[in-house]
Amino acid sequence: MSDKIKITIDGKAIEAELGQTILEAADAAGIYIPRLCAHKDLLPIGSCRVCTVIVDGRPQASCVKPVMDGMVIENDTEELLQHRRNIIDMMFVEGNHFCMFCEKSGNCELQALAYRFGITAPQYPFQFPEKDVDASHPDILLDHNRCIMCARCVRASQELDGKNVFQSIGRGFDRKIGVNGEKALGDTDMDVNDKAADICPVGCIIKKRVGFETPYGERLYDKEPIGSDIEKGATA
Amino acid sequence: MGKPRVATTSLAGCFGCHMSFLDIDERILDLIELVDFDRSPIDDIKHISQRCAIGLVEGGCCNEENVHVLYEFRENCDILISFGDCATMGGIPTLRNNIPLKECIDEAYRDGVTVYNPKNIVPQDPEIPLLLDKVYPCHEVVKIDYFLPGCPPSADCLWAALTALLTDKPVELPYELLKYD
Repeated sequence: MSDKIKITIDGKAIEAELGQTILEAADAAGIYIPRLCAHKDLLPIGSCRVCTVIVDGRPQASCVKPVMDGMVIENDTEELLQHRRNIIDMMFVEGNHFCMFCEKSGNCELQALAYRFGITAPQYPFQFPEKDVDASHPDILLDHNRCIMCARCVRASQELDGKNVFQSIGRGFDRKIGVNGEKALGDTDMDVNDKAADICPVGCIIKKRVGFETPYGERLYDKEPIGSDIEKGATA
Repeated sequence: MGKPRVATTSLAGCFGCHMSFLDIDERILDLIELVDFDRSPIDDIKHISQRCAIGLVEGGCCNEENVHVLYEFRENCDILISFGDCATMGGIPTLRNNIPLKECIDEAYRDGVTVYNPKNIVPQDPEIPLLLDKVYPCHEVVKIDYFLPGCPPSADCLWAALTALLTDKPVELPYELLKYD
């Protein structure tokens, strides 16, 4: 088989396989491209644009762009870092993210990306939007204040759980995650053991009665930045 | 030339950040060698007496007094630092930002389940600063030079930032000191 091709990321020549996305090829080569809506178990949708890289001079979402022989890719540049910071900043001001009392804090991918990018305060004015909290489900809390519209839960419910619990509804600033039930999450067939209950990168979908399980200092992103596992080649 | 002066204040915060500041423990003795304190809850000086090198602001702006104090700090400090999540992002006080001010006041003074207020009075004394429509992080009111997030920022974080500033080094927090919680 001659499926192996060569691409270049930040000047480093790496081997990739036809059919891989740029993100997958980079992961396998131990190069971390920041991402938020992409998840290894889910089909990519290229929604958050955090994984944008420059491919042969053009910006492309690396989670959906397949590799092609001879691609020259820029990932770790000052310009892209600023672009990614801007996206993360916007997510912080467009929601109500209270890290200090969020159970996901320390294990949150949005927060971890902000740490990795060295964001000390968002540069945009806070919107403080009015959002609902859906506590109707006996085991799961759905807090729209923390939602970043990555649609991981939508895909996980369909692709992994064979259900259709979540869907995006509304447009623009009013876009939100809706549930496929009479009124609220408690009316759906969502189960606490569903993959969709674990897939949320932020604290929007969290399990009840878990609380602050891991002590401060031992949480996922307390000591090492997000992506360190990929850079060490753990998933290669 | 005298030692650089440092002023600190707590606006719409809980003083937790100042407590964290005191958590630098015996290093405060080293700090006293390096700086003089001007207006601060630590020495209870009420107004900034002369030009300060560094101003540390805890808490965001929830009332007009907070804004006046923040203006005083901006006018008199060369470098102004927001420290803590309330100063940098608004923090817990911004939970009221989705609720109309009248509803907040009614809940606090009239309708709350534990309120005893037979004359149905809402405090109106001119001594009491008026509330702002919303709670604002400091950088939405004045220019802020540095941000130290955290609820509270750890003593090490504050120490790292202060010593970097006082020794003319860039303020770059190591990864494990940048925390939002």
